[in-house]
Amino acid sequence: MKVLVPVKRVIDFNVAVRVKADRSGVDLANVKMSINPFDEIAVEEAIRLKEKGKVTEIIAVSIGPAGATETIRTALAMGADRGILVKHEGEIEPLAVAKILKAVATEEQAGLVILGKQAIDDDCNQTGQMLAALLGWPQGTFAAKLEIGDGEIQVTREVDGGLQTLALKLPAIVTTDLRLNEPRYASLPNIMKARKKPIAEKSAGDYGVDPAPRLKVLEVTEPQKRRSGAKVGSATELVAHLRGVGVI
Amino acid sequence: MAALVIAEHSNAALDDATAKAVTAAIQISSPVHVLVAGSNCQGAADAAAKLSGVEKILVADDARYAHCLAEPMAELILSLAANYDAILAPATANGKNILPRVAAKLDVPQISEIIEVKSPDVFRRPIYAGNAIQTVEAKGFKKIITVRISAFAPVAMNGNAAVEKIAASADPGLSRFVGENLSRSERPELTSAKIIISGGRGLQSKENFALIERIADRLGAAVGASRAAVDAGFVPNDRQVGQTGKVVAPELYIAVGISGAIQHLAGMKDSKIIVAINKDEGAPIFTIADYGLVADLFEALPEFEKALGV
Ligand SMILES: Cc1cc2nc3c(=O)[nH]c(=O)nc-3n(C[C@H](O)[C@H](O)[C@H](O)COP(=O)(O)OP(=O)(O)OC[C@H]3O[C@@H](n4cnc5c(N)ncnc54)[C@H](O)[C@@H]3O)c2cc1C
Ligand SMILES: Nc1ncnc2c1ncn2[C@@H]1O[C@H](COP(=O)(O)O)[C@@H](O)[C@H]1O
Repeated sequence: MKVLVPVKRVIDFNVAVRVKADRSGVDLANVKMSINPFDEIAVEEAIRLKEKGKVTEIIAVSIGPAGATETIRTALAMGADRGILVKHEGEIEPLAVAKILKAVATEEQAGLVILGKQAIDDDCNQTGQMLAALLGWPQGTFAAKLEIGDGEIQVTREVDGGLQTLALKLPAIVTTDLRLNEPRYASLPNIMKARKKPIAEKSAGDYGVDPAPRLKVLEVTEPQKRRSGAKVGSATELVAHLRGVGVI
Repeated sequence: MAALVIAEHSNAALDDATAKAVTAAIQISSPVHVLVAGSNCQGAADAAAKLSGVEKILVADDARYAHCLAEPMAELILSLAANYDAILAPATANGKNILPRVAAKLDVPQISEIIEVKSPDVFRRPIYAGNAIQTVEAKGFKKIITVRISAFAPVAMNGNAAVEKIAASADPGLSRFVGENLSRSERPELTSAKIIISGGRGLQSKENFALIERIADRLGAAVGASRAAVDAGFVPNDRQVGQTGKVVAPELYIAVGISGAIQHLAGMKDSKIIVAINKDEGAPIFTIADYGLVADLFEALPEFEKALGV
């Protein structure tokens, strides 16, 4: 079974985000970019499935600018087999991404697609579910555990009340949550090897998808800032303050 | 035309999240209808009928909706979609799971986790873990929206909506419920609690969380946690507060042994009063705390409990 792992290039999770003065968006010039953390978890999971002999090939796909090649290389250095870069400059919405991924999944005859549950830049949490809908496949979102069985996959999901386990018919879509695994670091030899792994270059047009956004971003602003308040000397004093303002 | 709100419920009872999503829906389109899909969900349907400002409750009571599986739920919503120009769900695990599937089938974008309705076509939503707020316009197509429930007040429960039973729609039969492991707690829900006390890596162990739990019980508070505390197994996953966990905005949020990473702040910085207890004076949590106590939590928590008196 082939597995497709979509990986998005996003601002590194440690970087403090700055809104541009003209309110057009967030300043991405000269900031550190990384693979979306949930996608790194997705790559790791695919590799573990391959190590267990459940998966034959892992294809990492990224839709983004030339720099997204680095994101694919990160996945290849971890252990993915080959990459596809669908070149696109500027914003692209989850629905268009899902349409491109549908075309790729169909062309590659993938049996499983593992995505992140959420990209930490747009915080949309949509793409996997949309892809499942477009393909007519079942979805196991927010996965904390996977087990591939006979013609199906069992997914334990992080839901509001705790954990829920579903069995999905294959082919299926899975999106990762934080507890699914702890991604490995790529070793130096594997980073070297990854440089020789193939990355095909495509465009949205190659898949017949119009990448133009449908939502119009009117502005991007800073959130209201909170000011830090007072330091208190002891827990007893703290309780007195909280009683004073009537909150306890 | 009309707005449809997908109810969050436990079959027997309606979740507060529904009443908050209705508040958003009323600002977008009218009349507002609410879909209660479940199994033996009369209790939830009866409660939904009391939602103020709602005209009609649609009830699909069938075993196939017992566990809110995305595929049959999406089919059901799609069968109703033609009657509505806006479909909303609270941004709960269920809402986030189901609604994008509906949007994709309708070939429209989804607007995730709105925090404000500026006009029926213009919405504000946080991006980059709440470090920026995006204003987006959605014109010329059906609006599919998830609502950040901490950002909207619930409507009153003094309405009298009509209740209409509807037939179940096709079940694509793609997935099957196997089991669940819900973390039961007598304490209030994180997303509706007035007071939350959360612990982080600083608590060091599952056992030490008792220090937090005792205070929670004294205050009638919910217990939350940082990702680090969940990853370390101190508390179950459903307690995680943050960008990728639950977003809360209680009257009082007490963060204990939590450093205040942006991903954590994203989930609690709209709380009315924030208290931080941390032994590191430089911890970022103090930059947003109304009351900061620089202290060892193992001394501060017992003293806090004692100061609450008997
Ligand atoms: C993609 C992604 C998503 C994430 N989503 C979330 C999320 O939703 N929610 C979330 O919380 N995190 C999230 N994180 C993790 C986040 O970046 C931080 O790693 C995490 O919040 C840290 O948890 P912590 O504050 O408990 O631990 P630490 O950062 O290790 O802080 C522990 C704190 O305890 C204090 N302390 C230690 N001992 C004592 C003592 N005896 N008395 C008093 N204080 C003490 C220390 O001074 C320190 O400040 C996410 C990260 C990523 C990459
Ligand atoms: N431009 C992209 N390229 C590759 N994968 C993407 C892209 N956008 C979204 N994804 C995938 O979809 C997941 C969820 O993204 P989102 O719906 O935007 O929160 C991500 O974690 C990725 O796995």
